[in-house]
Amino acid sequence: MSKTNKFKIITIALVAAVVSVNCDNDDSNGDSTVGLDFSGTYVQQDQMARPAINTVFVASGQPKDAFNAAIPSAMGATYQSIFQSRLLALNPAYSTNALGQTAAQLSGLLATDVLGVSKTAPTTFFDGTNVLTGRALADDVIDVELLLIFGGPTGGSNPGLTKDNVNSNDKAFGTSFPYLASAW
Amino acid sequence: MKKTKMILGLSLVAISGLILVAADHIDAPGTMSGDASDITDVYAFQGQNTSNLVFAVNTQGLLSPNATGAATFKDNVMVEINIDNNGDNVEDLVIQAIKRDDKMYFFGPVAPGTTGTSSTIKTAAASGSVSISKYGATALTAEQNGMKFFAGPRDDPFFFDLGQFQAILGGTATGFKNPGTDTFAGTNVMSIVIEVPKSMLGSSSTVGVWAETKKKQ
Repeated sequence: MSKTNKFKIITIALVAAVVSVNCDNDDSNGDSTVGLDFSGTYVQQDQMARPAINTVFVASGQPKDAFNAAIPSAMGATYQSIFQSRLLALNPAYSTNALGQTAAQLSGLLATDVLGVSKTAPTTFFDGTNVLTGRALADDVIDVELLLIFGGPTGGSNPGLTKDNVNSNDKAFGTSFPYLASAW
Repeated sequence: MKKTKMILGLSLVAISGLILVAADHIDAPGTMSGDASDITDVYAFQGQNTSNLVFAVNTQGLLSPNATGAATFKDNVMVEINIDNNGDNVEDLVIQAIKRDDKMYFFGPVAPGTTGTSSTIKTAAASGSVSISKYGATALTAEQNGMKFFAGPRDDPFFFDLGQFQAILGGTATGFKNPGTDTFAGTNVMSIVIEVPKSMLGSSSTVGVWAETKKKQ
């Protein structure tokens, strides 16, 4: 048998194998990706983890665009000082917050935009006990952030600025998947 | 004195061009409200089945009911959930979602080809798909490979008196109102919701999570 024929037979065998595998996929779950084009390179447009961080601490325009296009492992070095300036502009009297964080510590934490999520503890932004163990739909994340920015070491400073008095969503969440409420 | 200083500080912030739009609603580069690349919020919480984690990524903020029926996911915008298992803020696993025809396709959790700002779709790790739910219709969900999937319009779960906060920053108010007014009441977003067994997310007791939108070049 010539080399060419061998090659052809192997090719046919491979093609047949691929086709039959694909058929299997089709039969088993009915959602084969065969025939769909997922090729190409996809480049970052926006990045987000914790709520409202970018918009509170990064000015609009170029710094914000750069923050959105940044990867978390590179954020801290670039944005901690920017965030600290913003924090002290928002609250010039900032000393520490209810978590005992200095301006450098709070801005250092926030500048790396990654949401810590526990696989063992309750998942919440803050529930009085657990801090940054996730973000549940009903968490009043804005009040937490206002308290940490304006509330001072006891949480009692600037009482008019530490909560927005909007404490829940305008529609009830579901207890089962997909959890989010139907559209208005 | 304290108060004067603070008001002065807030004015400086306003002057220096900080326009606060809450929770990253409407802020991706060169984009406006309704852009498929603009992430409004990311949620990560334990599922009804406590062995699972749920990830929700919302895009296209402040959709009015009238505009929601016409809002669509885009074939060239991939939503990627990044998961860090070892605290170095570099993704060890990704879950990717992208639209083709009238379905959303999901890949992972799987180690990314490369970490960082450029990605390829991990087609060898296809985990399932779901028909995209239509505005005003019952939510369509799918369950495959132990995971659950949803994609479509939802009520925006975010709530905040953004209007009053802008007034405070602008110097025309000194504090929040009681009760406040939810600026996001009655508005919708385009949601992707994925429920994943914790066992598929590595062995660490905590994970670092963030979402990215990535556009095909």
